[in-house]
Amino acid sequence: MAKQMTIHLRVWRQAGPEAPGRLVDYTVTEANEHMSFLELLDVLNEQLIGKGQDPVEFDSDCREGICGSCGLMVGGIAHGPQRRTAVCQLHMRSFKDGDTITVEPWRARAFPIIRDLVVDRSAFDRIIVAGGYVSVTTGGAPDANALPIRKHEADEAMDYAACIGCGACVAACPNGSASLFTAAKIAHLELLPQGRVESERRTMAMVDQMAAEGFGDCSNHAECEAVCPKGISVAGIARMRRAYMKGVFAG
Amino acid sequence: MQTVSNGRLDAKVPAGRLQDKWDAYKGVVRLVSPANKRKYTILVVGTGLAGASAAATLAALGYNIKSFCIQDSARRAHSIAAQGGINAAKNYPNDGDSIWRLFYDTIKGGDYRAREANVYRLAQVSSNIIDQAVAQGVPFAREYGGMLDNRSFGGAQVSRTFYARGQTGQQLLLGAYQALSQQIAAGRVSMLPRREMLDLVVTGGCARGIITRDLVTGEMERHVGDAVLLCTGGYGNAYYLSTNAKNSNVTAAWRCYKRGAFFANPCYTQIHPTCIPVSGSYQSKLTLMSESLRNDGRVWVPTDPADQRAPEAIPEEDRDYYLERRYPSFGNLVPRDVASRAAKKECDEGRGVGETRLAVYLDFSEAMRRLGEQAIRERYGNLFEMYERITGDNPYGTPMRIYPAVHYTMGGLWVDYELQSTVPGLFVLGEANFSDHGANRLGASALMQGLADGYFVIPYTMGAYIAGADLPADVSDDDPAFLEAEADARVRIDRLSTVQGDKTPTEFHRELGAILWNHVGMSRTREGLQEAARTIANLKEEFWARVRVPGTSDTLNKNLEFAGRVADFMELGELMACDALRREESCGGHFREEHQTLEGEALRHDDEFADVAAWEFTENGPKMHLEKLSFEFVKPTTRSYK
Repeated sequence: MAKQMTIHLRVWRQAGPEAPGRLVDYTVTEANEHMSFLELLDVLNEQLIGKGQDPVEFDSDCREGICGSCGLMVGGIAHGPQRRTAVCQLHMRSFKDGDTITVEPWRARAFPIIRDLVVDRSAFDRIIVAGGYVSVTTGGAPDANALPIRKHEADEAMDYAACIGCGACVAACPNGSASLFTAAKIAHLELLPQGRVESERRTMAMVDQMAAEGFGDCSNHAECEAVCPKGISVAGIARMRRAYMKGVFAG
Repeated sequence: MQTVSNGRLDAKVPAGRLQDKWDAYKGVVRLVSPANKRKYTILVVGTGLAGASAAATLAALGYNIKSFCIQDSARRAHSIAAQGGINAAKNYPNDGDSIWRLFYDTIKGGDYRAREANVYRLAQVSSNIIDQAVAQGVPFAREYGGMLDNRSFGGAQVSRTFYARGQTGQQLLLGAYQALSQQIAAGRVSMLPRREMLDLVVTGGCARGIITRDLVTGEMERHVGDAVLLCTGGYGNAYYLSTNAKNSNVTAAWRCYKRGAFFANPCYTQIHPTCIPVSGSYQSKLTLMSESLRNDGRVWVPTDPADQRAPEAIPEEDRDYYLERRYPSFGNLVPRDVASRAAKKECDEGRGVGETRLAVYLDFSEAMRRLGEQAIRERYGNLFEMYERITGDNPYGTPMRIYPAVHYTMGGLWVDYELQSTVPGLFVLGEANFSDHGANRLGASALMQGLADGYFVIPYTMGAYIAGADLPADVSDDDPAFLEAEADARVRIDRLSTVQGDKTPTEFHRELGAILWNHVGMSRTREGLQEAARTIANLKEEFWARVRVPGTSDTLNKNLEFAGRVADFMELGELMACDALRREESCGGHFREEHQTLEGEALRHDDEFADVAAWEFTENGPKMHLEKLSFEFVKPTTRSYK
């Protein structure tokens, strides 16, 4: 049988973007080891509604680690203690009965808090809009096998393309930098012949947009890679810098 | 229940040979000149594969697009979670595939309950989708020679499935999202995230706008357009537990139904055979394990129900590989409906495994011996990881435990060949429509259909509508139809907030889900369906007397959003039961116990039920319209995967 647990939570509550926030203590007595961390918050919310209190707002959607909607600081670590795991896939078997867990939203200048644990990550979309695509429109594409691509390059492109855009990299970075997110898209597209054509232009536009959104710069802490649920490598950031410098010299 | 035959349902299928219909249509369809396209605004609701591809493509053609999504970013639509792959009739492996064969497999897989012409067109454009995706930089799996790799999926004897590890949906969606971003940069798309569509606005007999709620501020918004594209996905979350995302819902489609769009075949739901079993009452969703796993995984249960040994300790002779035994020619790759029912049968007869006895084994040990662990890791690594995260078990060492779960809905708003609903100007794409999968969808065909609709069908049919319709330019957002629709949406929100009872929206949703799963699930009976209709009606009454929605309507309030969706799911649930009751046959995902062969296989009644049941909303209850399906080019036979 599944092991029952009692979990104490300290949760960041903030009524709106301008309102002051604070940590509030709660206890959930009906936790169990097979429950996901978000299901624990679901149980807490049902309790709160029952008591006539406002439930804790948090974003989540697919709950299978791929949509990137969820993102919480759990015990001070983006997405919690289990490596390469989005918080929706973090299960209570990672904790002990009686543990006290602090739950906070992503904290970064470029991710303003909307309410409780929900933040505004639209800056990520604007970085992609700045150039995170291959400039083709529908129709007229050549046969998919017309251009062979080396397997290891396609595989490496896929490693970067796996980014789910959750924002953990920003939350973990001491500089609040979006370098890993931005570099993942740049590296994915640059590794493929279809994307290489626009590489320098794309890189400069995306990096400049990142700065304009208020994200910091990268100073090689690699905290981002440590918390990335998809294990995206900081080697992408080196690729991004090379492409950026090429763009600078090309004028 | 009232019935009308054919009547208002004109599918507008072009005349001619099946192979020529789409070309003939494209050859004569009216066009809109580039200078005129920019005078038209199209509202696209949803940014999954269908919505994002349609918005990007129509914007590139020159239309003004307003794109809406419920998530915080267009990139998070639930197409992202599709794992295994996308079908296309490329025949790269030279193993006998063709457009005809993809068409035939899809029609047969759907148990002869889809429209021939639509399905053939889908097979025809399937190859273009792969070309388009590669041009966008989608990193499909490749072989050492640099060419694209393929694998097999259920219901086919060829390898026509393209994939990007176990994240094919993610990569195709990001391709479409990036195409959409390119058009946002070009100024042709305005993107409105965190918006929920709460009503359709019909004026002058045409769909001319939508009412949305800003989910952050609670503000109601009126949006005017010349056409509306509904790309809002399926309604599997009616069952509470499904593989859908938490926010997937039927509300937008249901509002369209209430404004005159017919809802077709709501009883066709797909129960996917390979999902991680339920572990407790707190469970919030179910997770799929891709069908691609059945390429190498073998499904079995212990022959003796009393066998309590660990799976690794059970020798070959005490295992029953029941799919291989019952369906020798397709084996573990039978279609989803067949595999799900077979798993249910084993569990119902007491051979289920695990704590709840509601699971069967999916075993990779033979494949690992044959191919080596590394090959299995390359093919399925991320799926194995996901399984381990959720269950705590290591599938490299012990078989996975799986059980069927609600996954996809073949039913949806009725559309004609042009993807237009019964409301002029309202087009429905992707899972939200009913059109291409009949009574059962084959694996790797949802991604194909969503992208076919968005990239390659709607650009033509939208032009035909815009060029031919009389669309007064002076419709504004203070038109009475807009004011009325907004007022209706407000009333519903206020009503939800004022009950202040003692049960949460989730509690109601869970109860509804249990009713639907038990009576409108994998196996259905007349008595069960009547019971479902009765209990849902009671639950609905109880909901409006006892629901408790916390907080206010002028802030982010997810329980308020969920409450509205649960209310719509309950109404839909009644229609699902009603449709399932009327369909006195078994076909695809709809299995009526009264209609089965001696061997327990589905028994269709083509003479009476080769049709689409499209339901019209009326104040006196749903009114049925029938579209008779005529099979001119294929002959419906009893599906056999033996």
